[in-house]
Amino acid sequence: MADIPPRIPPRIPPRIPVRRTYKLYVGGAFPRSESGRSYPVTSSAGVHLANAALASRKDVRDAVVAAREAFPGWSGRTAYNRGQILYRIAEMMEGRRAQFADEVAAAEGVSAGRAQAIVSAAVDRWVHYAGWADKFGQVLGGANPVSGPYFNLSQPEPTGVVGVFAPPGSPLLGLVSVLAPVITCGNTAVLVASERAPLPAVTLAEALATSDLPAGVANILTGRLAELAPPLAGHADVNALDLTGAGALAAELEALAATTLKRVLRPGQDDWADPDPGLSRIRPFVETKTVWHPIGR
Amino acid sequence: MPDTIPGSLRSYLHGLPGVDEVGVRRRAADLATRSIKTTAKRAALDLAIRMVDLTTLEGADTPGKVRALAAKARRPDPADPTAPPVAALCVYPDMIGVAAQALAGSGVGLASVATGFPAGRTPLEVKLADTRAAVAAGATEIDMVIDRGAFLAGDYGKVFDEITAVKAACGDAHLKVILETGELVTYDNVRRASWLALHAGADFIKTSTGKVTPAATLPVTLVMLEAVRDYRAATGRQAGVKAAGGIRTAKDAIRYLVLVKEIAGDDWLDSAWFRLGASTLLNDLLMQRTKLGTGHYGGPDYYTID
Repeated sequence: MADIPPRIPPRIPPRIPVRRTYKLYVGGAFPRSESGRSYPVTSSAGVHLANAALASRKDVRDAVVAAREAFPGWSGRTAYNRGQILYRIAEMMEGRRAQFADEVAAAEGVSAGRAQAIVSAAVDRWVHYAGWADKFGQVLGGANPVSGPYFNLSQPEPTGVVGVFAPPGSPLLGLVSVLAPVITCGNTAVLVASERAPLPAVTLAEALATSDLPAGVANILTGRLAELAPPLAGHADVNALDLTGAGALAAELEALAATTLKRVLRPGQDDWADPDPGLSRIRPFVETKTVWHPIGR
Repeated sequence: MPDTIPGSLRSYLHGLPGVDEVGVRRRAADLATRSIKTTAKRAALDLAIRMVDLTTLEGADTPGKVRALAAKARRPDPADPTAPPVAALCVYPDMIGVAAQALAGSGVGLASVATGFPAGRTPLEVKLADTRAAVAAGATEIDMVIDRGAFLAGDYGKVFDEITAVKAACGDAHLKVILETGELVTYDNVRRASWLALHAGADFIKTSTGKVTPAATLPVTLVMLEAVRDYRAATGRQAGVKAAGGIRTAKDAIRYLVLVKEIAGDDWLDSAWFRLGASTLLNDLLMQRTKLGTGHYGGPDYYTID
């Protein structure tokens, strides 16, 4: 009998890590950029973290179409239901706390403890606005006194599709602070995330997608601000702009917005950081509807 | 005049070569990826507008709605006089009078559906009376439906004779024959129905009524464009194709134009030989046209709600 050769132990190949692809969030789906482009994202220390999708102006157009489609459904929800869904977003963010904290720490170059505090503040922001969802109407509207036996009522209604430029320096808390008030009052949003640090925005999109937030209510684009902002500001189907993160482009964007009479919020650099913003970010994105009721008293 | 077909109609139609289903889909999908930009896009948008049969076929149509649509047909973009008028307005027979008055002197055609649209399940006498009444009321184009039940049962002679009779009742009016491809099931049937209608004297073959899903699709239109191309090669007579139903975006419309050019040829790139039956499509064409002019994306707020 021939010698049986010694059995060679099978070589187990090293496991290949499964890396996440950072994509856009448009109409409830996660497409790559229509252009097929991406760009490298580095940490505050200059270490390469991942590649993010580099959106094009056609992605802007697709996002606006998705936001417009979502508008009747979202604005038609009861305020109470919108509040429930916003609270659900807070719950979903809480469940991904570790992931958010890591990304914030890498993007902003802050300590782990500080990153945790930022995530907590972002979660609390959703809870704050969830509470406002069915209350801002009472504050901004109400019964008007008139000199006759009639009812006269004013009620705030959502403006429509809002283009939002997230603050570049605060990729998570800043983003939530500008996005939440816009959708709280029934608008739908097309948001351009921080150009330098877009990864927390994509993770937030994944939380939004699992929060019962209807598809298209929030659409998040990553890419170059200078490329995405002008087509968004000039788009005739966008009804309002939040220029918080627009930086040096703000004046040019305001001029573009004027061609189609958009409402424009152009706050100071760090206005979003106020932990109790009240209605300062809801009021600019509602229209007051006033109705007469012919029989009163 | 209907053509004389050698042998039986049945053996003729079943002798037509079969359609390679996978190949047709691939070819249509392939052509749909073609990129049309800048000046070519501008020309394509204007051509597509000129090819639109602006359609309203609702139970809720009122004279007011038809007049509004007629105004839009004459001058699709009130803000831009360079936007061309559409090819025709397509209405139910009872609205022809209103539409004729509103379109008078504009050069826009007036199409009416007839022959028991959309099902076509009325006796031949009713279909012919329907057609005569529409022509008498001022329709310049008649969109008839074929009897799909008879076609699917293999009673090709009945379908052929009906088309011939309606064609005779049309007089000078153009006859478009609606095959309702969504109910014909196979591409082979679409090819047979196309040739049947062409031999029976159709001036146009049209995909769908718009009441059945699926309506117009690129592969079905491709098969029909092949039919009119080969029919002209065989007989010398040119007929047109109308794709109707489900075409909503300018991008879709341009894909159809690419198909027309590549399958049928340049001779068909004209509103006399190719039409797009649509209602919401026109706004998107106008929006894209304005985008090319101003550089800004437009919104539906700036166009009429039809």
